[in-house]
Amino acid sequence: MAIPVIYNFRSVKERWTSAIVAVLGIAGTVGVFVAMLALARGFRATLVSSGSYDNAIVMRAGATSEMMSGITLDTVKILQDEPGVARLEGQPMVTSEVVVVAPFPLRSTGTDANVQVRGVSANVLTVRKNVKIIEGRMFQPGLSELVVGRNATNTYAGLTLGNRVRFGGGEWSVVGVFDAGDSAFDSEAWCDSRVLDDVYKRPTNIFQSATLHLTSPDALQALKDAVSKDPRLDVDVAREVEYYAKQSQTFTRLITVLGGLVAAVMGIGAIFGALNTMYSAVSERGREIAVMRALGFGALAVVFSFLIEALLISFVGGAIGCVAVLPLNGFTTGTMNWQTFSHMAFAFRITPNLLAGGIIFALGMGVAGGLLPAIHAAMRPISSALRSL
Amino acid sequence: MVSVNADGNSKALIQVRGLNKTYRRGGEPIQVLQGLNLDVDKGDFVAFMGPSGSGKTTLLNLLGGLDVPTAGAISVAGDEITHMSSGRLTEWRARHVGFVFQMYNLVPVLTASQNVELPLLLTRLSRSERKAHVEAALAIVGLQGRADHFPRQLSGGQEQRVAIARAVVSDPTFLLCDEPTGDLDRKSADEIMALIEELVRQHKKTVLMVTHDPVVAARAHTVLHLEKGVLVEAAKSSPGAAAGGAA
Ligand SMILES: Nc1ncnc2c1ncn2[C@@H]1O[C@H](COP(=O)(O)OP(=O)(O)O)[C@@H](O)[C@H]1O
Ligand SMILES: [Mg+2]
Repeated sequence: MAIPVIYNFRSVKERWTSAIVAVLGIAGTVGVFVAMLALARGFRATLVSSGSYDNAIVMRAGATSEMMSGITLDTVKILQDEPGVARLEGQPMVTSEVVVVAPFPLRSTGTDANVQVRGVSANVLTVRKNVKIIEGRMFQPGLSELVVGRNATNTYAGLTLGNRVRFGGGEWSVVGVFDAGDSAFDSEAWCDSRVLDDVYKRPTNIFQSATLHLTSPDALQALKDAVSKDPRLDVDVAREVEYYAKQSQTFTRLITVLGGLVAAVMGIGAIFGALNTMYSAVSERGREIAVMRALGFGALAVVFSFLIEALLISFVGGAIGCVAVLPLNGFTTGTMNWQTFSHMAFAFRITPNLLAGGIIFALGMGVAGGLLPAIHAAMRPISSALRSL
Repeated sequence: MVSVNADGNSKALIQVRGLNKTYRRGGEPIQVLQGLNLDVDKGDFVAFMGPSGSGKTTLLNLLGGLDVPTAGAISVAGDEITHMSSGRLTEWRARHVGFVFQMYNLVPVLTASQNVELPLLLTRLSRSERKAHVEAALAIVGLQGRADHFPRQLSGGQEQRVAIARAVVSDPTFLLCDEPTGDLDRKSADEIMALIEELVRQHKKTVLMVTHDPVVAARAHTVLHLEKGVLVEAAKSSPGAAAGGAA
């Protein structure tokens, strides 16, 4: 049978000061680890929530983002009649869109950041059902009117309801604020696509993407099949959520790799802290260990006992790290969306899974730091350990 | 009966034959035990004396399976322990040996009863059986009322009683006591010795004890001196005289 856990519990409590190095090292590492992943998840969640399961986004074949895509009005007209495209009162539920970026000063710093301005079809709210006007009204087709996302109005100076702003050589009135459920659209400003083309002196028969509302989520395959068979079309069709999930990949990977590197470096430091704590525990308690061994506890029982102690310490460290970063949950920050080079707001997202991951990471560091000292404790000759004071 | 010059196979509980222990310090061999023989019967109470550094602790460590000899054999109740693997030796210690040390060596973060319970965690006893054994052992040493005290809340004499309770709780084959009174004042030492005598007399324990105190040694049935790496018998004092010389 094993050495009772109460022994480790009380030993740690008794000499808690020597555990501080290990606890703080592990807490710091887990905190950074969880925060970085929460950032990546928040970013991803924001982009993914922009898409809907029952929408399909169509871009030029081979285009990896809207910025690089272009499709003609003729293409959109063909698409509207393809199978799987939903209709409302006889009209196809399709929004064909153009995207530009315009600089607006950030409220926080006063420096300019790129806001994504999306020219959309007038029926966009029927296609993107996750977007709702919460203040003011929708823009009127044909007028230089803007509706702005909730984050956009909070983040940028000037994009407030009732205000007039200049960009792209035109003057625009902000007539409404919309809520896009914390998605990337919340950081955008929307207007009539034809007006946008007009102001930017672009051809009005070229769009960057079309988003089609599907009759059902399952209708995507039929649409894809039809599009690929249609010789007039040279486009890629993707489920909208999948498109946005892909959009989030670069940044998510960047943050994950960066966070992983930082956590790894800090983790090595924390493991050394744990090693130090555990080695001093082992050397301070050499006699106690020898007595246990003399009483008949095996070498393995000693290894387990000190491993449990290391796990105990690292669990406390991990828990402190998690609790310390928990207030970040929901905290909104912004970053460049690398695909569109526009500014996008998103919130840290700390999930129970992420916290569990943080604790597992902590326990891993505990094992890494505790194993050698534990083996060392078990290997010491009993008779000489009993002689030592 | 205790004998220091037996050879061959006897019926003794503990049989030590040709025991050698050589330490090495900086390449220099230090011969501590040199062909030591010893027979101890069940129920014997033996005291080992000898100057500091003569190898008394070394001998007890070898008898208790805490260390291995350079040469020679030790068998206890028919078990030859000198060639056991360390894992088997660990199990053997748990079953057969009760240790009492000069420095008490209680685990400071465990209460008296938790310390006494430690050896029982290595048995198949249930929780309630363990509790009963611990209570009985603490009663033998007269510390029923201190079960929940931590070692630092006890006097030296009381700590040593807890250590004795821990040594006997699993009813081992024999007890090894290394200067059990070495750190105690005379009064506490007498109490501890009275307790050890009681264990021998009433509970039929076999006790091997190291001491450098002749008054303490006089309590034993037999006093052996460790000289030049072997044991020699001291002038015999009868058990009755030792008992009569208490206090
Ligand atoms: N691990 C060891 N390494 C080297 N020498 C040792 C070791 N243990 C004990 N000794 C030496 O062996 C001799 C006997 O020690 P010990 O058995 O402790 O004697 P005693 O208990 O009679 O005082 C001493 O000279 C001591 O220094
Ligand atoms: Mg000694």
